[in-house]
Amino acid sequence: MRPFKTLQKLYDEESQVVITEKGSPPRALFYGEGFLQEDLPVGTRVIFPRPPMAGVPNVKAAIRWAINHPEGMDPLHALLKPGMRLTCVIDDISVPLPPMVTPDVRQSILEVVLELAADSGVDDVHLVIANALHRRMTEAEMRRMVGQKIYDAYYPDRYYNHDAEDPDGIVALERTAHGEEVSVNRRVAESDLIIYVNVNFVPMNGGHKSMGTGVSNYKSLRHHHNPKTIRESDSYMEPKSSALYRSNERIGRNIDKHLKVFHIETTLNNRMFGAPTDFLAKKEEDYTEADRLKFQAMRYTLSKLPRAAARKVLNAIPAPYDVTGVYAGATEPTHAKTLETSWKQYVVPVEGQSDIVIFPIPFVSPYSVNSILNPLLVQVMGLGYFFNLNRGVPLVKKGGVLILLHPAYDEFDPEHHPSYIEFFHRLLPETRDSMKLEHKYEKEFAENPSYVHLYRKNNAYHGVHPFYMWYWGENGRQHVGKVIVAGAENNHVPALMGWDRTDTLTEAIEEARGFMGRSATISLLRIAPTVMVDVK
Amino acid sequence: MPSKAAFFDVDGTLVKTNVVHVYAYYAMNRGSVLGMAGRTLSTALSIPLFGAMDTLDRKTFNEFFYRYYAGLSEDRLITIAEDMFEDVLRPALFAQSQDLIDQARRSGCKVVLVTGALDFTMRPLARHLGADDMIANKMQFVGGKATGKVIPPIIEGANKANAIRAYCTKEGLTLDKCHGYSDSASDYAMLAVVGRPTAVNPDLRLRSIARAYNWPILDLK
Repeated sequence: MRPFKTLQKLYDEESQVVITEKGSPPRALFYGEGFLQEDLPVGTRVIFPRPPMAGVPNVKAAIRWAINHPEGMDPLHALLKPGMRLTCVIDDISVPLPPMVTPDVRQSILEVVLELAADSGVDDVHLVIANALHRRMTEAEMRRMVGQKIYDAYYPDRYYNHDAEDPDGIVALERTAHGEEVSVNRRVAESDLIIYVNVNFVPMNGGHKSMGTGVSNYKSLRHHHNPKTIRESDSYMEPKSSALYRSNERIGRNIDKHLKVFHIETTLNNRMFGAPTDFLAKKEEDYTEADRLKFQAMRYTLSKLPRAAARKVLNAIPAPYDVTGVYAGATEPTHAKTLETSWKQYVVPVEGQSDIVIFPIPFVSPYSVNSILNPLLVQVMGLGYFFNLNRGVPLVKKGGVLILLHPAYDEFDPEHHPSYIEFFHRLLPETRDSMKLEHKYEKEFAENPSYVHLYRKNNAYHGVHPFYMWYWGENGRQHVGKVIVAGAENNHVPALMGWDRTDTLTEAIEEARGFMGRSATISLLRIAPTVMVDVK
Repeated sequence: MPSKAAFFDVDGTLVKTNVVHVYAYYAMNRGSVLGMAGRTLSTALSIPLFGAMDTLDRKTFNEFFYRYYAGLSEDRLITIAEDMFEDVLRPALFAQSQDLIDQARRSGCKVVLVTGALDFTMRPLARHLGADDMIANKMQFVGGKATGKVIPPIIEGANKANAIRAYCTKEGLTLDKCHGYSDSASDYAMLAVVGRPTAVNPDLRLRSIARAYNWPILDLK
């Protein structure tokens, strides 16, 4: 007989994988701003997220402990000197998804750090949001992230968004051995100490990426945000398999050589849904009668609401994440600890790849917070993020079929995503070839004065961002044989993307089986909450 | 050598004023104190009419009011232009106009102002903004005195597009790579002729056109 420990481990590992049987309940699946309820074919492997890990009992105490016992650096209080120039660089609103209930963990960290800085006689303190080429956060979003008190004390002169296009605001450091340009925000570069305040939502974030990407500019980012690097990355989530990570590592090591950066990284658990919608984190087998009623009521209501209203309702529900770990200190040892906790929460081991994989696409993405999941973002969620939620071996077999569940509507937010509109309507009809897009059009979009203005003065993503979104799907595109978007409400969006479309999931599975053979294996990744697979 | 240009309309795009303000300033600064008082009164009375005319038909409006310059010496007009820049245009400049122009230059564009105003009235502004060139109406002078007639074709509406096209041919620029900026639907032709049009602080009609054609919309402050 197997020892109890092994049995326990097996049970833990396998409990997140359910093989659909005759009589299995229908699945509650995200479908943009709505939900579908679908019966899956017998034998379909449904992979569920792990249950939320226990959070630390006292977040502020955990933060204090971490900054007093950092990895590979002196405790923070020992680094603070009266009269020094201190800059706190903060992860932007792209994480976590959805935004967490207040107080945001970044606020908790800043409350501890700023108090310590004040006690140490450090008055020259700036708070810089590491938005890189993402849109500037709005005042309301900035206030929510750090709390009223810090906002009132620092905004707008000492609490602001990084501006990657400020001609006087960027400093170039020495290039890496691979010739990559390394640029950082001037205030950051001229600080005596930098404290990076991180929220680690997926293993792709944090570590060298924080500084190497967050406070950099287009000239530096183009060295890894390009189709070649993406094609050489087997997964974005596993540092060992990621050329993207390696480039960030080279850049980050250069930064560490020139600047003193004290990282504070935090991990969150999987508690994405609070009281009214907590059933969404359950397996349908475990639904109570009340859960079923709640789901039906929510599905019906959302289906009757205009899409903009449904979006508003869904965006207004924050997630009650718990903080599962706080780590501080030098970049690499700190991030190693973060990754360990992150894997523990997200990774579900599964046996073998599948011929057909189904991704239900929810309403939110890192690039559509308080905005619209436009077609390019649907693409990046399916072929970029979800496809890469693994440690180097994708869930779908090479040449297999991906089925995305989303209405694939042709809607864009002209305020947040102006350059996406031109990319989608002007460039995609000409080519979907990432290399060609990069070569022929990337620079033009990056330098377009209108897009630069909208990035700097409004709340628009940088002109080059839609290219990055397209590249992000590159290794997914290279890997799969076919993409079908089930439930697409028009023909032209799937056609421009190079995808097939069907009205229903059942038809999509039929088409996929026609492509892969009748005995094709099927997996469904039940995101959200976040889940990653370890394919054995 | 740049292969592209950014063409900026001026009134309402880079500055809050429109051509009526410029006219008013000139009308009020034409001659003697007594004359000025009388003209101020008549100008004040005629401005609403001009405003209405401007909205209805820019071409007729331009032809009509440039007649008021007849008889003024070139030197005098240039001097008034300098004052007008300080008194009217500079305070009315959107704070972000300069950033937008600088950005256009950084992206490798030649900066060209395109305006229905007379060239001498806009020269100080062009100098201030660091524009490389200007496409503007030119007053006819005979013996150093303005005739009140503008050398055709009058730069407005579709003629702005023609002028831009001709400018690109002359300067060896690729029209398709050029940017255009305007606030008014009356400049639709100018925006449509360049490859990269942008609506700036657009009126309602231009806003809906920009939405329909997916042109970026900037709200300069």
